[in-house]
Amino acid sequence: MRYAYFPGCSLESTAKEFNDSTKLVADALGIELVEIPDWNCCGATSAHNLDHHLSVALPARNLGIAERMGLDVVAPCAACYNRMRSAEVELKGNAALRDDINSKLEKKYTGAVTVRSALEVFTMPDVLERLAENISRPLTGLKPACYYGCLLIRPPKVLGFDDPEAPTSLDRAMQVVGAEPVDWYFKNECCGASFGLSKAEIVVKLVGEIISNARKHGANCIVTACPLCMTNLEMRQAAAGKARGEDLTMPVFFFTELLGLAMEVPGVKKCFASHLIDVNPALDAIGKEPVAAES
Amino acid sequence: MEAALSSEKASPLESLGKRADPTFARRILEMCGENVMSCYQCGECTAGCPAAFAMDIAPNQVTRLAQLGLADDVLGSSTIWLCAGCETCATRCPRGVALSKVMDACRQISVAEGKVTKKQADVLKMHEELLRQISMFGRVHEMSMIAAYKMRTRRFLDDVLAGVQMFLKGKLGLIPSIVKGRKEVRELFRKG
Repeated sequence: MRYAYFPGCSLESTAKEFNDSTKLVADALGIELVEIPDWNCCGATSAHNLDHHLSVALPARNLGIAERMGLDVVAPCAACYNRMRSAEVELKGNAALRDDINSKLEKKYTGAVTVRSALEVFTMPDVLERLAENISRPLTGLKPACYYGCLLIRPPKVLGFDDPEAPTSLDRAMQVVGAEPVDWYFKNECCGASFGLSKAEIVVKLVGEIISNARKHGANCIVTACPLCMTNLEMRQAAAGKARGEDLTMPVFFFTELLGLAMEVPGVKKCFASHLIDVNPALDAIGKEPVAAES
Repeated sequence: MEAALSSEKASPLESLGKRADPTFARRILEMCGENVMSCYQCGECTAGCPAAFAMDIAPNQVTRLAQLGLADDVLGSSTIWLCAGCETCATRCPRGVALSKVMDACRQISVAEGKVTKKQADVLKMHEELLRQISMFGRVHEMSMIAAYKMRTRRFLDDVLAGVQMFLKGKLGLIPSIVKGRKEVRELFRKG
């Protein structure tokens, strides 16, 4: 299994532990990731907010390079995945737009390769089987609230991955590594995304609702597959707790970190050092007798 | 009733007619492919919208105002800038209208016509700064993007501690990673 790897800007910076853990886990599962040479930013939220053409053109350059490599793309970041996949669908369906954008590109995109998220790749049935065979330290006692957020599952017409209202892929992966994902209500609610920078008060409210619900359902950590969700959940939980008058301290993991932990992949524990919220309370629960969820 | 109809006072509907821009819905359709005329006002979009609590008009009111051609009420609203693009409305709309795309189109018209209100200018500045980074480096250097955004909005003190913490954790590097093909990337900003 070989993929063209698109890390994206956040994985080079605020979510570097997502980058490191994705590469380590892929390697351990025999999935080869070849970084797209000289990739550019996908445009994220800003391009589609301000300039629709640009929101297709920026991903097109990366898709063109991947097509020359002859490999489907894997993009771990939820926003990169969503934007690249949206561009892929639009380019495949609109020949005039495709020709126009291709005329500016050295490496053209004709629609020969597709884009997947890391969550999609790591939860394919055969990959989960391989994962199960490689578990050496089951994460018993870990009760993650699996948090899908928005852009990995919506809009379903474009992404065609998992169920947009009741997604299960991440929960399945957590079960395979021996954790006990909790049932909760906020798995596909929005965290406020890029408003973390411009409208923090919105993010504080949404993060408060998300973590509060996870705690009520007995979670001892939240698992995400999105860099922006991670930043918002970690950075705003203190303010959210204060605003709600609740203790909302909650360790947050990238799902790849937990896959790596269960396979005892060397080096994966280093990822925990760059978290803003201490993950040790959750790690300490592993291997101990599971405590019954609060009713 | 008859008296009301024959009154010399202009009816509210008449004043609405004067303010209305009958081309608005079509412009939205041409920009994003979404037909607001399909909306039958069930309110599902508003019910599921995570940011509706902060908006001045509800998401379903955006489509209603657009149907009526009341462009200025939409373009000057906070709503179009407080949509996070979470795609919940687009997923649930029983009429298949992706309101998230309508929001994109309205933001773009609002910028083009200079109708962005002062209060929402911070959201616009953040997006402009991110795109400026891409046109310069080909990628976004989060550290300089945040710094430039803070300069432009004069919000120097927001989240300073979190920023320092991120820097100490090695999450905000000092050196931008620059794309070799940035000229090609810059070409993509040019339309046509």
